[in-house]
Amino acid sequence: MGSVLAQLPVRTPPVDWTGLLPVLLPGAGALVLLMIRSLVPSRVVPAALDAVWTFAVAGAGLVSVVVLWQRDAVVEAFGGQLVMDRMALFVAAVVLGSVALAAPTLPRYCRRVEVASAELCVLMLLAAAGAVVMAGAADLIVLFLGLETMSIAAYVMAALNLRRLESLEAGLKYFVLGAFSTAFLLFGIALVYGATGTTNLDGIASHLDAFILLRDGMLLAGAAMLLVGLGFKVAAAPFHAWAPDTYVGAPTPVTALMASAVKAAGFVALIRVFVEALGTRADDWRPAVFALACATLAVGSVLAAVQSDAKRVLAYSSISHAGFILVGVQAASDSGVAAVLFYLAAYAVIAVGSFTVVAVLSGQRDDRTGLDTLAGLAARRPALALGLTILLLAQAGVPFTSGFVAKFSVIAAAVEARSYWLAVVAMVSAVVAAFAYLRVVVAMYFRDSGDETETAAETSKPSVGLGAGAVIVAAVLLTVAMGVVPSVLESLSSTAAGL
Amino acid sequence: MSATASTSFPAVLTVLVLVPAAGALVLLAMPRTRPDLLKPVALVASAVSAVLAVWMLAEFDAGSAASFQFWQQHEWITGWGISWQVGVDGLSLFLVVMTALIFPLAIVGVDAEHSPKPYYAWMLVLEAGCLGTFVALDLIMFFVFFEIVLVPMYFLIGGWGHGRRAYAATKFFLFTMFGSALMLVAIVAVAFLHSSASGGAVTFDLTAIAESQVLATNTARWLFLAFALAFAVKVPLFPVHTWLPDAHTNAPTAGSVILAAVMLKLGTYGLVRFGLYLFPEASVYFAPLMVTLGVIGIIYGAIAAAMQRDLKRLVAYSSVAHLGFIVIGTFALNTEGLTGGVLQMVNHGVSTGALFLLVGMIYERRHTREISDLGGLQKPAPLLAAVFMVVMLSSVGLPGLNGFVGELLVLLGAFNAHRWWAVVAAAGVILAAVYLLWAYQRVFHGPASGANAETPDLRWREGLVMAPFIAAIVFMGVYPKPVIERVEPAVDAIIAHVEDNVAGFAEPVADVHPSVSLEDLARSDKADHNGGDGNGVTDHNGDDGGDHNGGGE
Repeated sequence: MGSVLAQLPVRTPPVDWTGLLPVLLPGAGALVLLMIRSLVPSRVVPAALDAVWTFAVAGAGLVSVVVLWQRDAVVEAFGGQLVMDRMALFVAAVVLGSVALAAPTLPRYCRRVEVASAELCVLMLLAAAGAVVMAGAADLIVLFLGLETMSIAAYVMAALNLRRLESLEAGLKYFVLGAFSTAFLLFGIALVYGATGTTNLDGIASHLDAFILLRDGMLLAGAAMLLVGLGFKVAAAPFHAWAPDTYVGAPTPVTALMASAVKAAGFVALIRVFVEALGTRADDWRPAVFALACATLAVGSVLAAVQSDAKRVLAYSSISHAGFILVGVQAASDSGVAAVLFYLAAYAVIAVGSFTVVAVLSGQRDDRTGLDTLAGLAARRPALALGLTILLLAQAGVPFTSGFVAKFSVIAAAVEARSYWLAVVAMVSAVVAAFAYLRVVVAMYFRDSGDETETAAETSKPSVGLGAGAVIVAAVLLTVAMGVVPSVLESLSSTAAGL
Repeated sequence: MSATASTSFPAVLTVLVLVPAAGALVLLAMPRTRPDLLKPVALVASAVSAVLAVWMLAEFDAGSAASFQFWQQHEWITGWGISWQVGVDGLSLFLVVMTALIFPLAIVGVDAEHSPKPYYAWMLVLEAGCLGTFVALDLIMFFVFFEIVLVPMYFLIGGWGHGRRAYAATKFFLFTMFGSALMLVAIVAVAFLHSSASGGAVTFDLTAIAESQVLATNTARWLFLAFALAFAVKVPLFPVHTWLPDAHTNAPTAGSVILAAVMLKLGTYGLVRFGLYLFPEASVYFAPLMVTLGVIGIIYGAIAAAMQRDLKRLVAYSSVAHLGFIVIGTFALNTEGLTGGVLQMVNHGVSTGALFLLVGMIYERRHTREISDLGGLQKPAPLLAAVFMVVMLSSVGLPGLNGFVGELLVLLGAFNAHRWWAVVAAAGVILAAVYLLWAYQRVFHGPASGANAETPDLRWREGLVMAPFIAAIVFMGVYPKPVIERVEPAVDAIIAHVEDNVAGFAEPVADVHPSVSLEDLARSDKADHNGGDGNGVTDHNGDDGGDHNGGGE
């Protein structure tokens, strides 16, 4: 960098704006939509515009990611604060892809449940922008900025179903516990800064590489707090308490986004901070992540198996998937990172697809998600039941689905890192989780719908709608395609991990 | 083991696996208006596989049965060293042929009770999965197929089963998945340890890993246990057999047939291919344990079968006993035992598959499987009784029928390896006669009263379905030579592989008394001792063995 004094007057660092398109597009898209909706009377623009716009912006963001990926040059912006490297682009693609997959469901959903679609879409895009910033953050402060942008949007989205008390509860819980965890995160950042003298992730890594800390208590305390803060965000046990209620209470498309995009952003932050910045201290944090992964796997799968609500099953299963992804983080290796990225991409598709099915079935108030409401679905809507079944089997890790390959890749990373017992715990918990998914399948296929007279009009033939239908079909096809021909995604995630 | 590709039709095995899968997709795309076409389409798809399998059987070079034939390899997931690699040798040949033949029979023989479209589609997916498991030569590819068969079977039991079908289906799925969960970890560990020990890239190629044998002894033993657990659940071995009676009893007829005939063999086949071949030292080390569990299974299964009131449950428990024989034959670790084990895999598939079909026919006629509700069926349905009799006797192990050949070889092998266990196991043969004959007596003999007297006899279609089973039962009992001479080279190669890789292990052969072969037994009245070559029984001309002993019991 040279001497700063010699460069007076201060020149702003050059910014490669095209490299920032994955951040700028959703951010600007959100603002434009907000302007249109605030200034133009709502009868002039059709209600579907919000969702179409969101889809288009996310699609444009994806295109920019593809272009940048092929340009094969790491974009550093704002003096190296934001680095759009391959991993950032990969996660940006997952985030924007999740938004694009979640959007088509919205018009019909918002009309039925009477959720304000403009606000929802604006917040979705803002959350996506924050998530992409997290993916590209090269500095703890920027990471924090991205996290807050994303989280605050998510808090509001969770509470957006104003007619439903659970939704408000979801927003409140998410907000209070999220703010609590943010405090941990900030304290952790401060302590790590105190220990290493920098908040730059590369700087931390090279500092720890170059110096042996004689008294590393402050660093370890900081790392522990960072782990707690990020553990909250990815809903790792024992910091998962907010997740089930929030997932169930939030409007279902928002839940889909929380399970996919928000989770992906949280995990890329974990990788950036622990595997990259604190990679030299892996021996210190790996046991902690080991314990965290075991607890998350056990809690997620066991509690998923005893739920009587489909959305809650998916919520707990999302926790158990977080446990699986932590298994990949625990490996602290490039192949572990590649496995995490593969898992995030595969799970994002599965999660959005599964929650979309739930959203289609959830009724006027978005609360008809009990397992008994699914009873006999196979007879009423065979295609919908088959779609959900494939997505659930993918979550269980059945071969020829992306879920199997994802599980295989994290297990392989764990075994390569000699964490045999963690791999065993993960696989055993996968069996327990499979029981949870099978209960849903049993309800759909092997049980007759009991109360057909009561709500026959509503449940017997839930209308799927073009948008949601397309999303479910796309999710199922992607899930199977990634399971049968995983090489494509595998090579992408390996490249992103720097393998 | 070397591998050769077929020159005339190199992709035969891949096509064999893909045809049923494609058939399932075609079924899904069939119009709702023509439900009558579903069964023919399913039948055609499975029949194409059957024809391919028979062609393969004809083309199979018996002279090099120890090497993988019709071998083919494609890249699949290059980054992880996973490939699509298929091939058959003497061990898998007859399992593949049996699988490919039994599926069309099960499809013809049993109509879907309702919703035919998903029913036939699941059957075809199941066929593809089973065939894929038997031909896979890549560890991950094997695992993928081993695991995928759970899904169609789960839906067949849950969707078309009887009684507590959802419970039985879920139990089946979770038990088997639990077993294979640890196997996946073990598979990955094998590959990584192999690559780090041999210095090469990570590969899941079975032959490459098995032939190099670089794993540390203790590690290999742990890994063997993980594999063995997966297979033990599938076999099923005592004490992880509890899913089987529930699954069998509640499954639809075709489901039971496939479950017994094909899917249990995935476990026993796995024990040979991925137990003995991959972990020779650990197999030797754990052989006493496995043999013990097998013997417990034989006695326990037989006693439990004798106690059953439900005819189908009785047959289900008899499977536990029969599969115990296969396991002790396998872990006798000598040529007779293993050859007998492989033969018994096919024999049990034929006999028990046929038994389940017959039980299904009885159930269809009488709407009950309670033995006490049945009786005297012989009078109104003589043909059914006769067919049942032949199949039942083959399951008992009557000389002249297929069960005898396999069981005898197993007991010979086990006698040389674990003498007293063989004695106990032989008691299982008698127990089998007890429970099966007793069941036959209660169901078919005596006066037929009430609805039993009006039981219709076999219909044409049912007779045609049973005919191939009877033919196979008699043929393999009278003239097993063509089968044995294709199985045995592969068995010899496996045993030699074990001997080469385990220090201080020699194939257990009869040392005091010279080894005995079927041929010798047939001549046993003429000569008590003939010169053993010290290398076990390598020349089975079992063709006349069954014949001459025809009235032996």
